[in-house]
Amino acid sequence: MQQCDFAVIGGGLVGSAIAYGLASQGHQVSVLDEGDVAYRASRGNFGLVWVQGKGQEIPLYSRWSMRSASLWAALSQELFELTGVATQHHNPGGVHLCYSQAELANREVELNALAQATGRQFTFDMLDHDQLRDLIPEIGESVTGASWSSWDGHANPLYLLRALHNGIRHYGGEFVPGSKVNRIRRNGGSFVIERDHQTLTVGRVILAAGLGNRELAPQVGLDAPLVPNRGEILVTERMRPLLDLPTTYLRQTGEGSILMGDSHEDVGFDDGTETPVLAQIAQRAVRALPALANTRVVRSWGALRVMTPDGYPLYQASESHPGAFVACCHSGVTLAAAHAKCLAPWFAGAEAPSEITPFTAERFHVQTSIPA
Amino acid sequence: MFKRLSPPEATNEAVVTFRFDEQTVTARPGDTVAAALLTSGISICRSTPVSNAPRAPYCMMGVCFECLVEVDGNPNVQACQAEVRDGMHVHTQQGARRLTS
Amino acid sequence: MITHDLVILGTGPAGMAAATTALEHGITPVVIDEQPAAGGQIYRALERTPVLDRRILGEDYWSGESLIKGLKDPQIDYRPASTVWQLTRQREIGLLHDDKAEMICARHIILATGAMERPMPIAGWTLPGVMTAGSGQILLKSAGAVPQAPVVLAGCGPLLLLLATQYLRAGVEIAAILDTTPRDRYRAALKHVPGALRNVSTLLKGVGLLRELRRAGVRHIRGVSALRAEGSGQLERVLWKQQGDDNWQTLETPTLLLHQGVIPNTQITRAVDCHHEWDEQQLAWRPRLDEWLGTDIPGIAVAGDGGGIVGAKAAAMQGQLAGLGAALALGKLTLENSTERAQPIRKALARDTAIRPFLDVLYRPAKQWRLPDDDTLACRCEEVTGGEIRRMADMGCRGPNQTKSFTRCGMGPCQGRMCGITVSELLADANQQSVEETGYYRLRPPFKPITLGQLAKAAEEG
Repeated sequence: MQQCDFAVIGGGLVGSAIAYGLASQGHQVSVLDEGDVAYRASRGNFGLVWVQGKGQEIPLYSRWSMRSASLWAALSQELFELTGVATQHHNPGGVHLCYSQAELANREVELNALAQATGRQFTFDMLDHDQLRDLIPEIGESVTGASWSSWDGHANPLYLLRALHNGIRHYGGEFVPGSKVNRIRRNGGSFVIERDHQTLTVGRVILAAGLGNRELAPQVGLDAPLVPNRGEILVTERMRPLLDLPTTYLRQTGEGSILMGDSHEDVGFDDGTETPVLAQIAQRAVRALPALANTRVVRSWGALRVMTPDGYPLYQASESHPGAFVACCHSGVTLAAAHAKCLAPWFAGAEAPSEITPFTAERFHVQTSIPA
Repeated sequence: MFKRLSPPEATNEAVVTFRFDEQTVTARPGDTVAAALLTSGISICRSTPVSNAPRAPYCMMGVCFECLVEVDGNPNVQACQAEVRDGMHVHTQQGARRLTS
Repeated sequence: MITHDLVILGTGPAGMAAATTALEHGITPVVIDEQPAAGGQIYRALERTPVLDRRILGEDYWSGESLIKGLKDPQIDYRPASTVWQLTRQREIGLLHDDKAEMICARHIILATGAMERPMPIAGWTLPGVMTAGSGQILLKSAGAVPQAPVVLAGCGPLLLLLATQYLRAGVEIAAILDTTPRDRYRAALKHVPGALRNVSTLLKGVGLLRELRRAGVRHIRGVSALRAEGSGQLERVLWKQQGDDNWQTLETPTLLLHQGVIPNTQITRAVDCHHEWDEQQLAWRPRLDEWLGTDIPGIAVAGDGGGIVGAKAAAMQGQLAGLGAALALGKLTLENSTERAQPIRKALARDTAIRPFLDVLYRPAKQWRLPDDDTLACRCEEVTGGEIRRMADMGCRGPNQTKSFTRCGMGPCQGRMCGITVSELLADANQQSVEETGYYRLRPPFKPITLGQLAKAAEEG
């Protein structure tokens, strides 16, 4: 039987950022992770640190994303100094491509509303084709224009995860891979966590197990009605630099590969790939940057997003089981800095960040219909 | 470095001639580009995008992807899988590939 | 999408035999091959090799002629120079031919995609001038090309010795054979000799090769325990140590050919996610197969070395079995009929493969040849060292997939083909768990690079 202050269940980006935040503040943390093969949204991530367009229905989400985006550079620097792992974070602004005047006009209306709802904290510009070509010389003729925001950027999610894991260990945290958590129960003021061949007693437990939270949350009086949503991604051979800034579904990584994707498929727990979807992703990429047509795809993958019914995050403290929390979202990269710097302190006893108040499960229990 | 048991010119078949960088290479019809390079005194075909280290054909059967060259403006072609053609232009590939149209 | 009864991938002995057997039972197969000419690696370039002195390549090579003749039956839809970039569990196959991608479908598929050489990650193995023995043999068969200067052959296994004798007959100067077979292997293999005697002709062939090399006075250095390749920009010298001697010895050479056996090429069976198991005897992954060589995916079978190393002759027999299995699955033969026809083949197969335990034990590469040291590259493409992989194990990476995402190991153009087995074994060793538990890369399409333009068009056709 092992003991520690905190157990974070889930070693993906959400759990690791929280654990890193806790460990860096001197708390004793154990991260419990599954084995090599699991539904790992963190390994299938596209790598955007993105604000543009987020929070149309709940503007506090836009503020939460901006809070994180503004903390990202410092987090990246801190992790690099601590671990020597560069997250490749880069914040040149990002664009969302539009293919008709109507689409462009519609985008402007949406982003204007968002800017207004955030008290003009969120800012953006609309670019016509020529302005866009100044930023992306290879842009296709059929792209009418784009929205651009200085808030947007990108990073390598895999190196972010590696840096967080290194950082957790640097601060004395423990990373325990190997199996799922089977059961969590209360024992006096503590929690007893049972997994294969191991039982732990901890003061506080944070459920950051992605889709696994569905089964764990009810054991500590919480509700996590999550559903998987599949995204497929294609990646090309390494290219010389050709795309300076990220777009919503096309970006060039630090290594030079072009990453493209952003499918949204309701296929249950199937994280495979399908040729027609891959082909559509390729079509869209070639439409955006026709010069990519001769570029070779070397890999593809499917991964499952962790989605709540309305697509927004879920952060909640258990009332019936004080000391138990749930945290899940599908923007583990963008929100990594907020999770490490703002959310972790809340788990350790500080006031909850003001931006997260709407994100409890109660919103799913009233009859609403909000587009995803 | 490799030599031929019988040079292409020695057979009655027509030979294939192509350019490798600044050099003219002679080969047998049906040769792979990699075989033609290795038998023409060319021992390096690319440098890696990671460290710029020199590389050359290694497995000759399409699995190792070490023999990447640029063929007629098309980068990252496996030289051990591409057949020689008269008049083709083959280039050493340095680091990551470039964009082509 | 056109649906065919039977699609066979590969034209080595297994693929060719499967095609002719299927044809005998009223199935007209489509046979896809990446190479422009039939024969696989074993009978590579047989129809047009410039090596006309038949003695050089030997009678085993030329015995492939009849299989190739069978493949050329006009009823067989043989498609050379076609690359398979996709295969789904629904048996849809993505093809690439003449820069055009298309999808076809099959009721039954036989994968006869053969073997690849086991990586031999020694210091300096990425230097130009260091190649595999298999590549030396491919150059000989297909281009009549041989090393110009005295060549060093290093490693172990039948192919290494065969290449040495072929070189000898072709007049190539061999500087040395550096034999890495550990000395105690000979004794360990002895107990498998009685079994191996069931395939006495193969056993005698091996003995014959050794005798031929000895008679020619080839320098055969046994018990090599350490090996490195050195040179600035390309290979200049090979260094080695012998068991019991702490001193490095050196040979200057521009060409080093490495070999330590072959392993199933499981790239496609992995990508379609067949169940695989770790074969401790052969130190390799192989798909689990039933008596008709079927995988756990309905309608997908594996014949030949791709399902576990059996050698060319046995591969052809497995091709026949898989062909009968296809006839059974497609309703051309009853179970009784196919079982009856399979019986003599199974018998011959058992006889031929009786030599395997002997070869597997004798040529089992020692750990130091499979697990690169800390400074040696495990992943040639992304240049990740053995030490880096061990550090990942220390960090908590239990398997190759988390390791891949943290290091890019296996993300390069070869798509993990060259480092996959090494990384699984390195992690198993560092984590003190079995290779089976450690697992393998999760592979996805495309199996071979395909351009975005080709992929985009593939959907329109589909």
